[in-house]
This record gives sequence, C-alpha cells and structure tokens, in this order.
Amino acid sequence: MKIHEYQGKQLFRNYGIPVPDGEIASNAEEASAVAQKLGGTVVVKAQIHAGGRGKGHLTTNEDIRGVKVVNDAESAKSHAAALLGQPLRTHQTATEGQKVKKVLIEKASNIASELYVGMVLDRETSQVTFMVSTEGGMDIEEVAATQPEKIIRQGIDPATGISGFHARKLAYGLGMEGTTAKQAAKIFIQLYKLFVEKDASLVEINPLIITDAGDVMALDAKLNFDTNALYKHPDIVELRDADEEDDKERIANDAGLNYVSLDGNIGCLVNGAGLAMATMDIIKHVGAAPANFLDVGGGATAEQVTKAFKIILSDPNVKAILVNIFGGIAKCDVIADGVVVAAKEVGLDIPLVVRLEGTNVEAGKKILYGSGLELIPADDMLDAANKVVASLGGAA
Amino acid sequence: MSVLVNKDTRLLIQGITGGAGSFHAGLMMEYGTQVVAGVTPGRGGQTFADKVPMFDTVCESMAQTGANACAIYVPPPFAADAILEAIEAEMPVIVAITEGIPIMDMVRVKKALSASNSRLIGPNCPGIITPGECKIGIMPGHIHKQGNIGVVSRSGTLTYEAVDQLTKLGLGQSTCIGIGGDPVNGTNFIDCLELFNADPETAGVVMIGEIGGSAEEDAAAWVKAHMTKPVAGFIAGSTAPKGKRMGHAGAIIAGGKGTAQEKIDAFEACGIGVASTPADMGQTLKNML
Repeated sequence: MKIHEYQGKQLFRNYGIPVPDGEIASNAEEASAVAQKLGGTVVVKAQIHAGGRGKGHLTTNEDIRGVKVVNDAESAKSHAAALLGQPLRTHQTATEGQKVKKVLIEKASNIASELYVGMVLDRETSQVTFMVSTEGGMDIEEVAATQPEKIIRQGIDPATGISGFHARKLAYGLGMEGTTAKQAAKIFIQLYKLFVEKDASLVEINPLIITDAGDVMALDAKLNFDTNALYKHPDIVELRDADEEDDKERIANDAGLNYVSLDGNIGCLVNGAGLAMATMDIIKHVGAAPANFLDVGGGATAEQVTKAFKIILSDPNVKAILVNIFGGIAKCDVIADGVVVAAKEVGLDIPLVVRLEGTNVEAGKKILYGSGLELIPADDMLDAANKVVASLGGAA
Repeated sequence: MSVLVNKDTRLLIQGITGGAGSFHAGLMMEYGTQVVAGVTPGRGGQTFADKVPMFDTVCESMAQTGANACAIYVPPPFAADAILEAIEAEMPVIVAITEGIPIMDMVRVKKALSASNSRLIGPNCPGIITPGECKIGIMPGHIHKQGNIGVVSRSGTLTYEAVDQLTKLGLGQSTCIGIGGDPVNGTNFIDCLELFNADPETAGVVMIGEIGGSAEEDAAAWVKAHMTKPVAGFIAGSTAPKGKRMGHAGAIIAGGKGTAQEKIDAFEACGIGVASTPADMGQTLKNML
C-alpha cells in the first residue's frame, strides 16, 4: 500500500528523522496561510502517489509542474490554485494523469549536496537492505544501470537488527564527515526501525540532502507497506487514499480478490495467480488480449466469485469471458455456483467460455450445465483460449 | 522413487481443526498419507475424525507420535509462530500452505531456518506430493500418477496444469514440489533441482517460474553447470504490466527487473526447453526425453 509524501514525512517526524518544516493544504487560501507562516522561499509540492512529480505537468497546462519553488505567499497561493483539482501527469501515472487534491507547502532548504537512500527487501538474502548513493535527485534505476559502482548496499541481519557500524559504513561510504556523518547514521538507524516496526515494503528518500550548514534532512519520502501486514497497523491503514486506486481494483481488493485492469477485451476469471497469468499469456498467444488479471484465490466463496464476475462485467471493453479453474483448495462446485448466480443476476449477454478441472469437477460441471446458462465448455487451456477468441467472431 | 516425502512420512497437521485444515486433512488421509497427529492449542487430548490424536504443542506431538513432517494450515497472523514452533521442535520437513504471511515475519523465520536442519517448503504454496505414497498440501490428488518426472513450481494451480498434462501424456511424477509465490520462501528452485538430480528415479524435470525476482535466472545457471537430466520450463507473466503485483506477493516486475522475457532468455541460454504456451509444458519435456 502506498501513502502520500506528506504522510510519509509525518512518520519520519515521529521517528525523529529530520524533514523540512511544512504543512498540507487543500485549497489556495490554506496554501497561502502556510506559506505566510513559514515565511520566505517555499516549495509547493503536488501530493499524488506517483513519482516524477518535479518533471510532471498538468495534462491541461504543460507549464504547470508538480513541484515549484516560489518566493512568497502570493505565488504559493497561485501555484496551489493552478494545481488543485487538476490532473497531473508524470512518467508513472496513466496518460490521463492523477487529480491533485492536496499540496504540501514546505520551507525551502539550502542544498549543498543531494544523496539517494532506498530500503527494500533483498529477495536473494531475505534481508532488509539499504541502497545508498551520492547520485541523489537522479533516477536511481538509471544509476544502477550506468554506474552500479556508485550504489552502496548494506543488508541487515534480522537477528541482530541494525547496529551502529552498519549506519557508520553507509554514512562514511557516502563521503560524510564529523557531525554530518553522525546525523546520517542516526537517520539510517531510525529508518530501519520504522521499516521493521511498520512492516514497510519500500522506503525511498530521493533526495536526502546535506544543507549548507552540514545538516542532514529528508527532502522527499516515498513509503510502501506490506498489505499482508496491515492488520497489525490500523494507523497505517488510515493513511490509505482510495481515490489514488483504480476503481475496479479497489472494489476487488475490498472483496478479497486479486484484480489488475488491463486494456484488452477478454475478461478472465481464474483461480491461482500463476494460472491467471498463464491464462493471460495464452490469450495473447492466440492473438487476442486479456482485459484483466483476476485471481479469485484459494478459499473463494460463491459470493466472492459473484463479485468477481460483476467486476469483470463492469468493464465496458469486455466482449467475452473466459473462466479457467483448476480446483485445488478452491472447489469447482463453489466457483460454478458463483458464476451461475452472477450471470443470472446481471443478465449475461456476452459469450462465456468455461474450463473446469480438479477438486469437485463433476459437481461443478453439473451445476453449470444444468443452470440453463448459455455457455461454451472447453477441454483445456488452449481449447478455451481458441474458443473465446472464436466467440468474438474474429473481431479480437 | 522420490524426494523429501514418501510412504514412510508421518504427518502432523498444525491447524487441523480450522476450515482448510480439517477439509484437507480428510483429503490427505483419503489419499493414503499417514496423518499421525494434529496440533491445535487448547485441543490437546481430543481426537480429530475419531482417529487422529490432537496435541497442544508440536514438541509433544512429535515425541508421542514420531511425526517427521508437518503441514501448516494456520491463518496468516499466527503462521510464522507455527513455523517457528516446528523449527524449534526440529521437525525435518515443514510444509507451509498459508497465504498472506507478512514479509517481515518471514524474514525472521528464514533466519531461524538457516540455523536449523529443518527444510521449509512454502509458504503460500500447494505443498508436496509423491504420487501414490504421500500427499501433503492442497493439490487434487487424482490428477497425479506415479512415475519419474520431478515438478517444481512457484505457482499452485499452474502446477496442477503441468501435472495434468504430464499424466495425460503417460508421464508419471516422482515428486511435485510447490515452492510458493512469496518473496521469502524456505526452499528454492536450486534446492529442488539438486534433489531431483540426485534422485535415481527422477528422469526429467518440469520447472515453472513467474515474473519477479531472479530465482529462475539463478536456477537456469545451476542447470547449465550441474544438471544431468532434461529440464523443461514455463514462465508465467509475459503479458503482465510492470510495477503491478500479480496476485502473488512475489510476482511483481520492480524497477524494470524480473520480467518474463529475461527469465525465458536465461532458460534458453542454459538449455532448458521453454514451453511456448502453458498448454504444452508436458509435451515440451516429453520431446526432450
């Protein structure tokens, strides 16, 4: 789960990680008041979940960028007014952009140098791992590709947790000295605590800055959290901004389903993530395109399947549906019940191809074929993919 | 004739009284797996299905029944605790079926595991089966057939797909292992390939990967350097968009890394037969035998 920069910075403050003074504003007047209070030069930062806001611009006006340094409250007010309510497009958003609902107004900093700090789980070592670089402010993926020697990595053993030497290695590795190095080391230790205590899956500060005075401060805050661990953290759940999520993905998520919107026209309802991906792949292989990824999961109930079916049908691009079930923990008869209920409720009027195999397959087939629904049975995956494409009358 | 589990495996089920645990305990017993014990804290002294003794702790159940493998059907908030209890009791084979365990919980489990002699399969996996002898997990037993093909996969249902194809082609399986779809797991592809390579009754292997991480690339390099038996594979997720988690916690193309194409290229470069669609995983291996 992603959160906004201003929320991430509040978490940083709670953990004693220095960030610039600033406050959030939902309208131009509030933006003006915050800028007035901070005084002097301030930065106006659009709050959307996507990265690349500094280079991003409004879809309605290419001159209005997502991040701007302004010299007074009046300019802060006018830039906030230009951004709020408008869609901001960055290299990470969809082409239609993401609507700006809030702006963060912060005191501008005197930057002597910009660093990069990232924390992820390294899947090879199964350890939380720091990645830091002197190349702050840049796209870190580009640094990793072109100058890998500029990235310092440090894994942390979960049994000991972070120790002073880990933090010092990172600070000295970044070329810091004296109190600057001490400040940075403290930040690294606090970041690790935050990561572990809050079950983060990613923390990224780009840039972490050293000011003219030699102080270290987080100028940005990108945090993602492990959705499997949210039950432990009601405080993090409260930070969720549903407006930033795709409508269909949000509804599916709330129903306990794994759904991802795609841009094809064949709706897919599958059990199991691997089989769901493979179903998309085989649809592509036979020359069509999937409209979605949908894994109804292991313990799917008839109600969940009904919801899944409705979500698929709410996509106007969907011209045919492929149900591909290989029952293991999920039982074919349960899935069949859900499909029949949903199809009858919504008055299905597009072709439905069904392939069932595995646990309780005979009971499942009996329910489907005895339901009076018009459906096209398939023997295996390839047969199912071919039949769903054929059902479109060659108009895939 | 198999790896890790066989007719002598004595199974303990942690979470035997839960919905999934009791349903699958029944199916495993029906398949012929020796289910010798169940653990549900607070239910010690009772019996499950009138024949399986239940205990409060793993340690006690092992001492009383000689269990040498366990299956975990405990809900996510308590699953790491259940695995740690099994590790502490020195359970030789631990199969964790549970999906949705917090990653940081698994980071701690993995650390404990590395200092033990236990082998963890999963979590978030269908389990392990040696056809005709022992089924531990949630896979439909009837699609399997005794034979000499090893199967290893990050996916559950896609494994059933491969097994079904093999069986219909007349190719039985020595052992099928689901290693799970999480970013931190107990047993990886290479562990399984080593076991299959050393098993005299395994003649070939089907390996099924998916987007995310680099376990498939590492496994491909191992195959090239050490494997003496044919390996056919499939990678799911060629059509998956970048940056989106595709159901499994570990199935995500992050920072442009972990794409299906990179993995397919690695497979091909290392002599692994790549099935062009998920419908011909079995046939691809058959052609190599």
